[in-house]
Amino acid sequence: MNRVTLFSIFASAGFLLYILEMVRRRKLREEYSILWLFGSALILVLSLKKDWLDSLARAVGIVYPPSFLFLVGILFILLILIHFSIAISKLHQMNKKMAQEIALLKAGNMEGKK
Amino acid sequence: MGIQPNTPVVIIPAYREEITIGGIVSNIRQQFPYDVLVVNDDSPDGTSAAARNAGATVLDLPCNLGIGGAVQTGLQYARDRGYDIVVRIDGDGQHEVEDIPKVLEPILAGRADAVIGSRFLGETEYRGSIPRIFGIRFFRLLVNVTTGYRVTDPTSGFFAINRRLIAFYSDHFPSDYPEVDAYILMHRLKARTVEVPVRMYDRAEGKSSITAFRAVYYMVKVTLSYLINCIRRFG
Repeated sequence: MNRVTLFSIFASAGFLLYILEMVRRRKLREEYSILWLFGSALILVLSLKKDWLDSLARAVGIVYPPSFLFLVGILFILLILIHFSIAISKLHQMNKKMAQEIALLKAGNMEGKK
Repeated sequence: MGIQPNTPVVIIPAYREEITIGGIVSNIRQQFPYDVLVVNDDSPDGTSAAARNAGATVLDLPCNLGIGGAVQTGLQYARDRGYDIVVRIDGDGQHEVEDIPKVLEPILAGRADAVIGSRFLGETEYRGSIPRIFGIRFFRLLVNVTTGYRVTDPTSGFFAINRRLIAFYSDHFPSDYPEVDAYILMHRLKARTVEVPVRMYDRAEGKSSITAFRAVYYMVKVTLSYLINCIRRFG
């Protein structure tokens, strides 16, 4: 087992536990933890099962298998970032709507609106 | 606020239910002396007006929170107004209004903290789609193995709870498919739960690949949050 594999086993296992602990403490909502959990679990599995990693890397045409791990990691980070952008857009929309509704409520403007 | 002891409030979370909600509200009000609260989850249609015209108190959420957030808002209203009992029923006609007293009875008798209406107890005409039945079976196993309850219908949204659970759920209520998660919370609180047989009608549902994906997503999400609720600290 080379060093990069060993490192990635410890890093992804530690990461997995950290995410679970954050969810348990309600610092992180379940829906935002799922991609993190899947990503780190996948990297953990690929680090432990070296032959899976090797054949997957070969299938994609990567000579140095651990760099396939980096690829998977980067892809997950991209996915999570897109997920966040969507979530932020939704929050932005909700926030705007609430601010508008509060302003209208303050002006006593909401009677008979609905 | 002058709420009589043991007066129930019926909470109906509603999203796009302008066609059915009015009939359900007036049906409840004609038959029973209960207060009716509709939590309108930012429906774009006439749900809010239909509920209000039928005589319900209506809370209009300014943005869509999803089923859990809507029900929780209703529970907070019940807590703040001093209601002792909440009944929660669907606004789409899936649940039978006539069954409300059955769901209330064990709480009024002091035998339970939570009563859940089950479509699988007693004689049942319920015929759900295969994926839905699979989902129910999966969650039934999950709940029964972890809590030792003998639950038949873990995804039932037809339930009644007493003051203690109203207060607790006002602070901690799960967001999607809250019913499954609600069971582990009840177990953690050592609440006495009872299932009673109720009638339920299947809601017409579309089947696209998107809903299949969502179904799998929700199974994963609910299972995750359920398992984490097993090891979370409360209080």
